[in-house]
Amino acid sequence: MSYATTNRAGRLRRQESSPTRRALNVGLIFGAIGVYITVVGILPLLDARWIVVGVVSLGDAVLITIGLGAGVVIATRRTSSEFRSLLLPSLLAGGVAGGVLVLLTLAMQLIDLRRIFIVLSPALLRTLTFGLGVPLGQAVLILAAALLGALGAALTLAPSSIRRPVVVGLVFVIVFGVFQELIQIMMQFGEFIGSLREAIYTWEGLSPGGAVAIFIVGGGGALLWTSLLRRQVHDRFARLTATQQTYARAGRGVLFILLLVLFPVVAGSYIGQVMLLVGLYILMGMGLNLEVGLAGLLDLGFVAFFAVGAYATALLTADSPHALASYTALPSLSYWAAMPIAVICSVIVGVLFGIPVLGVRGDYLAVATMGLGEIVRVVVQSDMAAPLLGGAQGILQIPKPTIGGFELADPVDLFYLTLGASAIAAYFAWRLENSRLGRAWMAVRDDEDVAQALGINLVKVKLLAYGLGAAFAGLAGSIFAVMLTSIYPSSFQLLISINVLALIIVGGMGSLPGVVLGAVALVGLPELLREFGEFRFLFYGVALIVMMRLKPEGLWPSATRRRELRAAAGGDVPDDSQEVAAAGSPSAVHGAVK
Amino acid sequence: MRIGVVIVIVGGTVGTLIKGRYGAAQWFDFLVFGLTIGSVYALVALGYTMVYGVLRLINFAHGDIMMTGAFSGYFLASHFAESGLLDRSPVLAMLGILAIAITTSTIIALLTERLAYRPFRHVRGLAPLICAIGVSFFLEQTFRGAFGSGIRAYPDPKWQKEAISIFGFNVPLVEALVVIAALASMLILYLIVQRTRMGMAMRAVSEDADAAALMGIDVDKVVVFTFALGGAMAGVAGVCYAFVFKQVYFFMGFTPGIKAFGAAVLGGIGSVPGAMLGGLFLGVVESIGPALFLDGIGIAAPYQLRDLIAFTLLIMVLIFRPYGIMGERMSKKRA
Repeated sequence: MSYATTNRAGRLRRQESSPTRRALNVGLIFGAIGVYITVVGILPLLDARWIVVGVVSLGDAVLITIGLGAGVVIATRRTSSEFRSLLLPSLLAGGVAGGVLVLLTLAMQLIDLRRIFIVLSPALLRTLTFGLGVPLGQAVLILAAALLGALGAALTLAPSSIRRPVVVGLVFVIVFGVFQELIQIMMQFGEFIGSLREAIYTWEGLSPGGAVAIFIVGGGGALLWTSLLRRQVHDRFARLTATQQTYARAGRGVLFILLLVLFPVVAGSYIGQVMLLVGLYILMGMGLNLEVGLAGLLDLGFVAFFAVGAYATALLTADSPHALASYTALPSLSYWAAMPIAVICSVIVGVLFGIPVLGVRGDYLAVATMGLGEIVRVVVQSDMAAPLLGGAQGILQIPKPTIGGFELADPVDLFYLTLGASAIAAYFAWRLENSRLGRAWMAVRDDEDVAQALGINLVKVKLLAYGLGAAFAGLAGSIFAVMLTSIYPSSFQLLISINVLALIIVGGMGSLPGVVLGAVALVGLPELLREFGEFRFLFYGVALIVMMRLKPEGLWPSATRRRELRAAAGGDVPDDSQEVAAAGSPSAVHGAVK
Repeated sequence: MRIGVVIVIVGGTVGTLIKGRYGAAQWFDFLVFGLTIGSVYALVALGYTMVYGVLRLINFAHGDIMMTGAFSGYFLASHFAESGLLDRSPVLAMLGILAIAITTSTIIALLTERLAYRPFRHVRGLAPLICAIGVSFFLEQTFRGAFGSGIRAYPDPKWQKEAISIFGFNVPLVEALVVIAALASMLILYLIVQRTRMGMAMRAVSEDADAAALMGIDVDKVVVFTFALGGAMAGVAGVCYAFVFKQVYFFMGFTPGIKAFGAAVLGGIGSVPGAMLGGLFLGVVESIGPALFLDGIGIAAPYQLRDLIAFTLLIMVLIFRPYGIMGERMSKKRA
């Protein structure tokens, strides 16, 4: 490994010696990214969403980012810090990126590409040329991209006292512009906030004046914070005693939880619905985390447990001919009685899942569990099981849970149910992680043979991982059933297993806050940007590849994992983090995901 | 579990045969269809098995590489169908379609190797597999975005519907052609692996990559070559699959991909003849199975459970005979 890596690093360094060539490469890469998002259809979709009404759409912002990004890359991997020496390369990189896009527009003009690539419409051509007509728009595109490249480089080199307020201000504008619907809904309370809303928003989005105001507020706030407040706050915090510091931190946590609890009430039932969905994925993520993150058993059939929880709840409570109550002596149960039974059913299925695949390891285990998950789906969907499970028509009329006559009908109510369930589940997960069993799981993950030699009962430990992981998914499935009030086999696709896997990987395997972060990023965000939702699986795919390559420990890794990684990296190349990032990444990955 | 499966198989077979619902012609149809689909599985399985042999990586995206071939073949085929070439000179048209499918699949396979898998060359554990799952999603969704999520109908020229007679039974020409094309490709592949220097290098790397590198074999080159061969086979498979089922869509590679992986395991992963046999065996079992085993024990609509048979077979093999029919017993400390 070392020979090959040094060799490759040497080659890279030699390439870097020619700035023109590097600029050309960077430009080509960014141009290719631009062409890709255009051809795949992301750009036209984003173009439909305004950031500032009538001025900048999200699609424009992405095009601008491509130009800026080329400049930023040139400037961050620079050889000298003088802007003058970077001016030409960054202009060139931006220009080449724009040029690649122009090539696409030329191709669109000359050939009827639309017969193959469905999104390449004349309207898209107009967008790409800013509606300026053909030769002029193309020239403007190249020129603008080149200037943006230079701007990006300039911004990167600028002192942070300038850069930071600009970036923060822009982020504020983008967030307020893109999420305008939600923010407008939330700003309907009270006279004062209402008039504030009217000042910055028109009915279809951020107005130009509002955008400027928000940029100033955001940027000014950042300026104020960096130059004045931050030091003061840090000083005050440092002067506190240790106990007071703990209290301050705890207070911050409580404040955060309070905000979380109150937020859906303010934001309305749509946000409640999204948060409910995020909550369900958090539950499943915590379950899969026990299996993959702690015990190292990759499970691609996880959706089966979710399905079992949902179906058990439906069979026990529904008001339909498929419910157990309608053809057996069993009474129709209330949700609260059915939920524990559903969880127990999931555990049983989890253990059954575990038995046949116990002897199978690693990659094979992933494929075997995926096969089991697919078997469950095929059986549920088939006519063979239709008399019992309703077949493709599913089970309808599942009643919502009630508390003393009050029906939890609104998504916000169910969100509180999920929040409570997640809190309990998180407590269990946290306690499990530090328990004897949790340490046994980690031992099995790191080396099965050694763990066995140390007296860990592999069968018991693995079955417990499957069973307990399944319990979380069963709980989520149970809530899912009452959320929809009807369930169909088509809701339980393999994609859900992949979703859950992706979110724990992005968040950080084995880390509870990571699961929350992953669920918000991978489930919540696409749900909020609804029209973007159809590209979420593309996003998942990219996220899996990029995370595995660049940050295998996830966005919010657990403390243990971080320590392990540091130890693993330190073993190869002592204390030079730059070197580790370049040369030691394989070993870092090795340490992270065993 | 083993006993239960045996009971189902024996009981079902006896039951079906006693009932006598299917005549000899129908059994022959099942068998031919099984061989057809099995030869497609075999072609895809070859890609899995060769890559696994050289890299110890399950190329989860391999089914999607087949899909890319089918798609590019589709665009050329519909062009030929419009211009009439597909009816005028079918041989030329089919060769053209195969050529473009092979080219596309090979290029995509090489790109995935270079961009996604190479950084993981020396990484063990779950990271490469997870990355491969990501690649699979990326390919599917890219094609979905670029070419639409609808199912597109493959052209259906008249001559393909004609039947030829084998042993007095009628066999659709497409199915016969698919089997012939698959067998020819597999023969070529076998000769490449067994008779050329590159094939020898592949086998050496597959045996022991470090030792092969010490003997002066350029492992990088061998890996690239392996991906290219696997991609080419997947391209042929894509066209065959599309002509049998007459449709292409972005998700079409997923299920055959998983089943072909099963076939590769069935035949003993890492073994080239094993993958061929495993694919054919899986295809035939899947085709005959629902009628033979499940109909007899009185299960309604057994054809819906075709995938059930394939996946059960896969799991049984993984559990009871992970080294497959032809494979050598792997050491317990699998990479």
